[in-house]
Amino acid sequence: MKKRTIQPRQDSRWARLTRSPSFIYVLISPLFLILFAYVIYPFYQTFLQSFGSETGLANYKRFFSLESTANLEALWTSVYISVISVITCAIVGVTMAFLLERYDFPGRRILSVLVLVPMALPPLVGVLSFTFLYGESGIIPRGLQHLFNLQQAPFSLKGVWGVIVVHTFTMYTYFYLTASAAIKGLDPSLEEAATNLGASRIRIWRKIILPMLTPSIVAAALLVFMISMASYTAPLIFGVERTMTMQIYLSRTNGNLDMAATQSTILSFVSITFLITMRWYQNRRNYQNLSKGIGVHRSEVKSKVMRMVSIILSVIGVIILLLPILTLILISFSVDGTWTIQVLPPQYTFDHYIALFTDERTWRPIWNSLQMGFVATVGNILFGVAAAYAMVRLNFKGKTLLDILIMVPWALPGTVVAVNLIAAFSEENIFAFNQVLIGTFWILPLAYFIRHLPLVFRSTSASLMQMDQSIEEASRSLGASWWMTFRRIVLPLTMTGILAGTLLAFVQSIGEFVASILIYSTSTMPLSVAIFQKMYAFKFGTACAYGVLQIILILIVLTISEKLSKGSAGSAI
Amino acid sequence: MKGVRLKDITKMFGNMHGVKDLNIDIQPGEFFTFLGPSGCGKTTTLRMIAGFYYPTEGKIFFDERDVTTLQPNKRDIGMVFQNYALFPHMTVNENIAFGLEVRKFTKAEIKQKVDKVRGLVRLGQYGERKINELSGGQQQRVALARALVIEPDILLLDEPLSNLDAKLREETRIEIKRLQAELGVTTVYVTHDQTEAMAMSDRIMVMEDGYIQQIGTPQQIYNRPMNRFVSTFIGESNMIEMKIKSVDREQVIVENGHGISLKGQLANSSPLAPMRVGETVHVSIRPEVIHQGEGENVLTGTITFVEFTGLSVNYIVDIPGITLKVMIINTGGELLAIGDSIQLNIPSPSLYFLGE
Repeated sequence: MKKRTIQPRQDSRWARLTRSPSFIYVLISPLFLILFAYVIYPFYQTFLQSFGSETGLANYKRFFSLESTANLEALWTSVYISVISVITCAIVGVTMAFLLERYDFPGRRILSVLVLVPMALPPLVGVLSFTFLYGESGIIPRGLQHLFNLQQAPFSLKGVWGVIVVHTFTMYTYFYLTASAAIKGLDPSLEEAATNLGASRIRIWRKIILPMLTPSIVAAALLVFMISMASYTAPLIFGVERTMTMQIYLSRTNGNLDMAATQSTILSFVSITFLITMRWYQNRRNYQNLSKGIGVHRSEVKSKVMRMVSIILSVIGVIILLLPILTLILISFSVDGTWTIQVLPPQYTFDHYIALFTDERTWRPIWNSLQMGFVATVGNILFGVAAAYAMVRLNFKGKTLLDILIMVPWALPGTVVAVNLIAAFSEENIFAFNQVLIGTFWILPLAYFIRHLPLVFRSTSASLMQMDQSIEEASRSLGASWWMTFRRIVLPLTMTGILAGTLLAFVQSIGEFVASILIYSTSTMPLSVAIFQKMYAFKFGTACAYGVLQIILILIVLTISEKLSKGSAGSAI
Repeated sequence: MKGVRLKDITKMFGNMHGVKDLNIDIQPGEFFTFLGPSGCGKTTTLRMIAGFYYPTEGKIFFDERDVTTLQPNKRDIGMVFQNYALFPHMTVNENIAFGLEVRKFTKAEIKQKVDKVRGLVRLGQYGERKINELSGGQQQRVALARALVIEPDILLLDEPLSNLDAKLREETRIEIKRLQAELGVTTVYVTHDQTEAMAMSDRIMVMEDGYIQQIGTPQQIYNRPMNRFVSTFIGESNMIEMKIKSVDREQVIVENGHGISLKGQLANSSPLAPMRVGETVHVSIRPEVIHQGEGENVLTGTITFVEFTGLSVNYIVDIPGITLKVMIINTGGELLAIGDSIQLNIPSPSLYFLGE
């Protein structure tokens, strides 16, 4: 049999060019160009606008002036809400993590599944169900009023505390996830060693367990603080106008664009500071305590009284976790406009669900969101995979910069992203191919693309890092070109990571509300804005049916991701 | 089969040198081994031959052709990686066929070649297995088959046995050597294991800190090491500093400050050793060349350590000014104990003289 060798081509000029060490910068320049055009440039435009047309620092002076204190109050309220949210989330999240990881009690299994339910609630839908449940005319306060024949509802969620409760419910999972990962990573032999050395239970907690959990708790705290500062939906629904995000929204709707820009710039400054702190903290964290392999032993709750208490608490926990979703489902069947002063909606129908897919006007926002989410996600895939490959496999100067630029849009509040886009794309410019983007179909996909920039990037780089570089080298040495190696080897092996990130980006785009509300146009109204409007038109049934649809979508995605991450064991050789 | 020639190769990583001023000439069909401790530059050199690094200075030739900056996929090289680097999403057959598909063979040709090479590495019935269903040794053979099936000009093996357990390592070692001899392919082998290197190679290059220490046959490397590094890295050696008392055409007599003198042969000295009266040299004596009882170079000492391995009895013996490791082949006799006195002799051809 004849032997076939690969005939080398003569050294063309192109071949020599591609081999030059600077060629890599040609390859990565599109990535930087995209980040420059859609992250830095809009940001810069907002920054310019924040100084107003002629007045210099006037806007900043006004912001910090003590005569009209609305802005300072807003900054203070935002910080105040965020600090309290961090504390309450930490208490709930870390306690849950400890109970579920270290103790065995009746109801533990079901709780440990349901504890992540808040992650399946899109922010807007979550807040809505909370107002239905615990708001001034909510089911629980009215129910209690009727039950005990009271003059007025005994309590209701509103104002700042309403925001904090919603934050706690939706964000404690960040603490729960990091803390339970850290607890799983705690080597039980450390505790055994401490006991062996004569330390008491309390001492072990103070001196061994808590110090080892500190890094993960601090990381979660920074994250929750950042997300709380950016929170917009909860203050909007609970009518807390004096927060930073609401002030930006109000300035913008009142037409005071310069002030909105100033407020955005200040809020961005806070967010980016936190992002940098977070990255700095994560880098100096040491992982030495993460010894693997040994499972944590759970102590069983033995005494009869404690078992009863734990059963009751578990039941209450399950109810609290499930109520928001159950409420949404219940109300989604209620006839629009019939639920006024009753405890529960009086009339039920299946029409809303039929209308979702048959009525052109109800279907329209779903279709809009699917389309815009699709466009944004395709962008995220292309950018994310390319950036991840460059980041993990290529060697070039400016890696840290690339990494930070990708993370920045994620750290920026959605409100700020919207204001930046308005500042940049209300006029024709080169990055929009000389078009005005505001008011067109393209502005929302662009906003979604920017907001979810890191999702595909991060999941893909995680899979790439797991894949040994020698696998690519093997393919190359067998004669495959770079492109063939990428297609036949790299893509199949990182597919799970790419898909996981893609699904997440898509689902988030479908539910995006914060930026959408500021820049949507009526012809391409997205799903989330439609929910918001139905809500204010007292069409609770339709609004909730939309919400349930979103939750189902999220659950499907979460299930697929879970399957993917389990099925990827084969790629971890 | 192609020869490989490295000419004045230097590879810098930032300000650190990976390897420096390498000149190697590997003959067509030769089994050539890079041997050295980790970080010595052996893998760096291999990766330059494979095309994963380009040298900072110097040129690489396959026969007469300059391949210094040729892309790795244009080099027609078979490579076996330390961790095998098998494609985890493909079956055994698909892994082996990959290089053939790149070369645009027909389906039938591919099947025939894959089947043949699978038989060669004794993986006959494993064609449809997934990679993660194979044992370490089987994975290793898939990697070998994948590299061999393209009938490469040059076969590169990067520590291919280091992930196998001891018994399997020995079997696979013999297997690789058999295949290489059968196919006659030029082979470059990287290892830090001197036994492997000695057993398999036609020639060995010993490296340290990016520099070549010695190139030679296993025998030359073991029996006539160029310097102290080679002598101690390959096998065990007693290294004794002594002064030359007299030299003539054949005989050398050395002594230490404690009245011990030894007789050796001038021919058994490294070219780098200063063989003149009054100079200090290092005398290398392998533990296995020291015998018990009367003979040449008789020494008497006290035993400070005894170790019985079955094959041999190892002693450490204190002699004024010298501590000797001694290995006596076990013939079933009585062991001596710590504190016992022992008489040793060293045949004069077994002394080897080294410089600094």
